[in-house]
Amino acid sequence: MKKKRLWFRSALLAILVIAIGYTIYNSIFEESGTYIKKGDAAPNFVLTDLNGNRVELEDYRGKGVFLNFWGTWCKPCEREMPYMQRQYETYKEQDVEILAVNVSETNVSVKNFVDRYRLTFQIPMDKQREVTKAYGIGPIPTTILIDKNGKVVGRTSESLSEEKIISFMEKIKP
Amino acid sequence: MQSITCECGHSNPYGTSLCQACGKPLDNDVEVLSSMRYEGSARRSQTYNKTFVDRTWNFFSSVRVGVWLIIIILVAAAIGTIFPQETFIPPNVDPATHYESEYGTLGLIYYLLGFHKLYGSWWFIILLGMLGLSIIIASLDRGIPLYKALKTQRVTRHDQFMKKQRLFSVSKEAELEEIKYTLESLRYKVREEKGNLFAEKGRFSRWGAYVNHVGLIIFLTGAMLRFFPGMYVDEILWVREGEKASIPGTKSEDGQYYLENKEFILEMYDKEEKKFNSALSSVDGEVAKNYQSNVTLYKTKPNHTIGEDPELVKVKDGEIRVNEPFKFDSFALYQTDFKLNEFNKMSFELEEKATGKKFGKLTVDLHEPEKKYDLGNGYRVEIEEYFPNFILNEQKQPSTVNNLPDNPAFVFSMYSPDTPKGEKAFVGIQKNIEAGENLFKMSFAGIETKDLTALTVRKDHTLWIIALGGFIFMIGVTQGLYWNYRRIWIKQNQDGVWAAAHTNKNWYGLKKDLDFLSEKTSLAALVDKESDTKEEYRSSRRV
Repeated sequence: MKKKRLWFRSALLAILVIAIGYTIYNSIFEESGTYIKKGDAAPNFVLTDLNGNRVELEDYRGKGVFLNFWGTWCKPCEREMPYMQRQYETYKEQDVEILAVNVSETNVSVKNFVDRYRLTFQIPMDKQREVTKAYGIGPIPTTILIDKNGKVVGRTSESLSEEKIISFMEKIKP
Repeated sequence: MQSITCECGHSNPYGTSLCQACGKPLDNDVEVLSSMRYEGSARRSQTYNKTFVDRTWNFFSSVRVGVWLIIIILVAAAIGTIFPQETFIPPNVDPATHYESEYGTLGLIYYLLGFHKLYGSWWFIILLGMLGLSIIIASLDRGIPLYKALKTQRVTRHDQFMKKQRLFSVSKEAELEEIKYTLESLRYKVREEKGNLFAEKGRFSRWGAYVNHVGLIIFLTGAMLRFFPGMYVDEILWVREGEKASIPGTKSEDGQYYLENKEFILEMYDKEEKKFNSALSSVDGEVAKNYQSNVTLYKTKPNHTIGEDPELVKVKDGEIRVNEPFKFDSFALYQTDFKLNEFNKMSFELEEKATGKKFGKLTVDLHEPEKKYDLGNGYRVEIEEYFPNFILNEQKQPSTVNNLPDNPAFVFSMYSPDTPKGEKAFVGIQKNIEAGENLFKMSFAGIETKDLTALTVRKDHTLWIIALGGFIFMIGVTQGLYWNYRRIWIKQNQDGVWAAAHTNKNWYGLKKDLDFLSEKTSLAALVDKESDTKEEYRSSRRV
């Protein structure tokens, strides 16, 4: 009788704690129904770069991908670009790629920006915001770290320091 | 922890104050009247305080804890209205900096504590969860013993129980059959045992509070399910006229939905029209009559890759008006907002300043300007810089606020046979600044605009659960408020016929029943020990 009661109470409390925990877990990632978070498979996408070349995420399977969403008008994005460029030069030998997806801007603006900072990594142009929407990007910059198996291993919306970028590169290095 | 066996032979759980069967006070100092609320049952097994689970259980079993949880939730919800919620701040700003820059330190604290998206913040969900827990446990701890006590109650009650009821009388003699008949005519359910009577009416009203709590739990479950994947979608979709955009939250195995905005319509009431004339004459400006989007729904092939030019298959056409959503699958699109006359294309002419002679016209697509515009005969214009939403930044440098062409500005280079090296000019709306003494200028030659519509994309599989919870809640409230549980005991004792009565509320109604009873039968009128009007008022409010 007493044992039965303890079991019943424990079970009921456990069910409720699990339900609340799961709700909180979801609420943290509730921004969008399709919010991409750590542990998810990164959805494939196809965009074109400034020169009209096709860029497909799946082609980078086997490499670590530093997927950054940015805009020329966004100051924190601008701040981290030189760091990204420098670390790209170091880590591209170690099979880490940077895909810096521009969110719905004109070729003219982006071209000027790329020339000014001498960026050499890939700049896929998300004109229709399709990728931005699919990845549930709110504020920019947002950086998503994808490992060699195409799995998301990190996501952040902060403006990155160079040290942070290095630690990210180390994390996704195959 | 042994059970207590009453002198009537019934075995009661530990902690019971009135015997479940006969109502005898099991503890000498127990006051019958004050114990009637939960039938004197052992509602809180405070004595089982051994394990962590039991202590947690007992904590949530307390009504006081439940009330405090409600107060904390209400206060938090009130604080959440001080500054706007995240949904209502401008879409392009980062909330991390917005709240501080807009509202100072308080704004920062507000943001850090998660008040900016209150319903989604972890501690608010924990509070609601704790309230749910409190409702479930408190109900189980009271409802089950109450049910048992009411189910096992016997016709014959202990003398002490009878005597200590608020309404009580002793009659010399009384005709049982008559009493039984009269009570049945008042729609009491009457049981008889060894010449004693027990009449009850409206027992189900005692379940009102518990039915009500079941409704609340269903309601909270529905609210919780909104956070579960696939249950709830609430997104905003902006589409420019003539364009197609993917509808957020609608990607599935068999493709992604797209929506084309064919036309956005804004109609105003005609003030001259007789019908509306008098109503509208007092209003300044125009009054909107209709906001409408004419749309076409498309779907991609199943293996659509995000970002790729979609192969679209038309699904259907539709018209969206306020309160008249466009529905497909389990989604509904609601007319939410609009933006009229967004700049789309701007035209300029290359003009020789001295003569006013023009050397060709160019049209710049503000969403995708060309780098070079060749006007022929050695005349061309290049765009050096483009600022869709021009602003001078802190360093007094030309810059752009965002990527929306609300205030477009350009740095043009103008080339002609006379100026092969090119002349530079900064051109914006009502601005034309030259780098030096230029021979040529860009003169404004017109603008094209487009309207945008904003639609709310909504899918809600939780609404019926929330509605069901609300409905059950209302049933419980009705059950408990409009009915009450009246009981009358008649017991044959040596000194005459004892009568006692109890109700959980509305003593007035019970007394009317009893007056009727003593009028029709030889039963002595029952005397109210608490005839004080104040007490009457208080107990009638006791739920």
